[in-house]
Amino acid sequence: MDSNPRVCVMGEDVGHYGGSYKVTKGLATKFGDLRVLDTPIAENSFTGMGIGAAMTGLRPVIEGMNMGFLLLAFNQISNNCGMLHYTSGGQFTIPVVIRGPGGVGRQLGAEHSQRLESYFQSIPGLQMVACSTPYNAKGLMKAAIRSENPVVLFEHVLLYNLKERIPDEEYVLCLEEAEMVRPGEHVTILTYSRMRYHVMQAAKTLVNKGYDPEVIDIRSLKPFDLHTIGNSIKKTHRVLIVEECMRTGGIGASLRSAIIDNFWDYLDAPIMCLSSQDVPTPYAGTLEEWTVVQPAQIVTAVEQLCK
Amino acid sequence: MSAFSALKTIPSHPIAGGHRRRSSPFLSSLTNTAPTGHQLHSSAAISVSLSHSVIAPGRPVRAVSANVVSEEKQLDGSAFPVISREEALDLYEDMVLGRTFEDMCAQMYYRGKMFGFVHLYNGQEAVSTGFIRLLTDGDSVVSTYRDHVHALSKGVPARAVMAELFGKATGCCRGQGGSMHMFSREHNLIGGFAFIGEGIPVATGAAFSSKYRREVLKEACDDVTVAFFGDGTCNNGQFFECLNMAALWKLPIVFVVENNLWAIGMSHIRATSDPEIWKKGPPFGMPGVHVDGMDVLKVREVAKEAVGRARRGEGPTLVECETYRFRGHSLADPDELRNPAEKSRYTSRDPITALKKYVIEHGLVAESELKAIDKKIDDLVEEAVEFADSSPPPPRSQLLENVFADPKGFGIGPDGKYRCEDPGFTQGTAQV
Repeated sequence: MDSNPRVCVMGEDVGHYGGSYKVTKGLATKFGDLRVLDTPIAENSFTGMGIGAAMTGLRPVIEGMNMGFLLLAFNQISNNCGMLHYTSGGQFTIPVVIRGPGGVGRQLGAEHSQRLESYFQSIPGLQMVACSTPYNAKGLMKAAIRSENPVVLFEHVLLYNLKERIPDEEYVLCLEEAEMVRPGEHVTILTYSRMRYHVMQAAKTLVNKGYDPEVIDIRSLKPFDLHTIGNSIKKTHRVLIVEECMRTGGIGASLRSAIIDNFWDYLDAPIMCLSSQDVPTPYAGTLEEWTVVQPAQIVTAVEQLCK
Repeated sequence: MSAFSALKTIPSHPIAGGHRRRSSPFLSSLTNTAPTGHQLHSSAAISVSLSHSVIAPGRPVRAVSANVVSEEKQLDGSAFPVISREEALDLYEDMVLGRTFEDMCAQMYYRGKMFGFVHLYNGQEAVSTGFIRLLTDGDSVVSTYRDHVHALSKGVPARAVMAELFGKATGCCRGQGGSMHMFSREHNLIGGFAFIGEGIPVATGAAFSSKYRREVLKEACDDVTVAFFGDGTCNNGQFFECLNMAALWKLPIVFVVENNLWAIGMSHIRATSDPEIWKKGPPFGMPGVHVDGMDVLKVREVAKEAVGRARRGEGPTLVECETYRFRGHSLADPDELRNPAEKSRYTSRDPITALKKYVIEHGLVAESELKAIDKKIDDLVEEAVEFADSSPPPPRSQLLENVFADPKGFGIGPDGKYRCEDPGFTQGTAQV
């Protein structure tokens, strides 16, 4: 926002309140109420407003207080955000960033625990990225703001408390690239967002048991970085996908087909995909735990894959 | 007997800011009769505050928001006619262009040159011409699927619109948009939307940009956005959400309702608990005005006020134009539900015929000049058809362009190169 006066923020409680997860804390005091706009509770309309502003020269960062609320903005995100560059014959660009916290939290109930990446992935013209560490959050956010394409940036409700030492200076990460988290030889584990931490926890156990998993945080949910993923598969010949989306129609489902299409000859075993259960996330802690993939399941899956 | 009969008698009125004195060239007579086909009459404006806006039969009422003060205007009949000769010629030409173009669209559709859903604007020309001819190049227009004439009024060349309708590469959207998605960056026409209501937030965003440029970027920007939409849209959530935001932030926008009483086959009265749409402005804090949308001069007077308000930073206005579409909802609509008596009541108030009579009677323009304009427009539209016909359809290579502004968005392929670098990409045959 410092370097480009056309970058602005809009969303519910982003201004005076500093954002429901304090992502925009202090910005309204520094940049004023118009650049950090507190909107009324009208997701469809303020998302559309952000899109109209982007078409006329601004670079809005639109926040969904919880990503789930953006279901109300589906009309604007699908029809206008994704499609208008094409429908207008390339005349109007829509350099918006749509971001917000999503994913399964701690007993937040079904509606506040949604994973919208699976609903948005078919929309043409949209890019989707998921950040998972403070380092990649900063780099991906900068890249998303600078991109001329509309980008949906998925944050996770449980990852805001992570602490990490990151560079003060500017750096921009590539929106289309995946991140190598832990190189290995035996199996490729593809994951993103919070599940990265479950995978790394499982990896510790796996290493103790003598396995050598390669962990890749795919980061770019749409489009997939088939180069990084492919190189890994060519090395290990075994793939496990660990995601928080539901089994049906999730990111894992798409990733699986993309891998089969492109790397079938390199596979020594069927692709395994661990996803959340096709269940509205229950409130009770025990039930919630069973809907989401846990490290122990990941360990079992790898053992099975590597038999 | 519709609820509108009381409103039809209400002539248009200017929405005055508290301080300006207007020497408005309006007649002093306050008319209470339903406008006949051939008279264009204007009348005095009386504004009452919201608390008194009860409609009594025969008593004209307008609602303005409580904080907009109006004066009763004493009008003298001497400052008449209300437009200059140049303006008369411009208005006439624009309306004839709209009508001729739409009639040609119907012909072309039935001859198999145009496909899909085509929604024609016949009968509503006064609204498009009345508003858009007042705008500058920098002002934006946002429309719906009934957008051909809005595009033409805003200055998009007829040949570009026709080529778009034929699906040719020379169309204003390279053939990728079609009838319902007319866009022009050069003329600030921001759509063309197929779903009703989804353009209103985009218009609100364009108005927000204008305010942002003035207040944050400190540019001398007073661009106004005019959003057109229909009566059906006024029952949609996006309409109300945007009325709220526009009034809250005093955005430079005018919301123009083209109330043609029908949403495909759904009569406005059957769909709406309170059919008087202009009343829905004041609850949100903006003036609500009703105007006879078959009368281009009345629309123009209201438009001047509303656009002026927005340009001065005084905020949005809701203008309800009572108008009518002479054809069906689209070229696929058999139009069986509308009463022929209702249709003829409106066709007798054809805006083009009415303007013609007015300018001839007031000696602004000779009939021969109007005929010359008719011929000129006929030729223009014929030329547009020829251009569109002879234009090439989009080549295969156009398929994948424009999906992303930055084609890196198609991602990195297995070979490590960006998909858009694949030679197949520019041929439109790449696997993405």
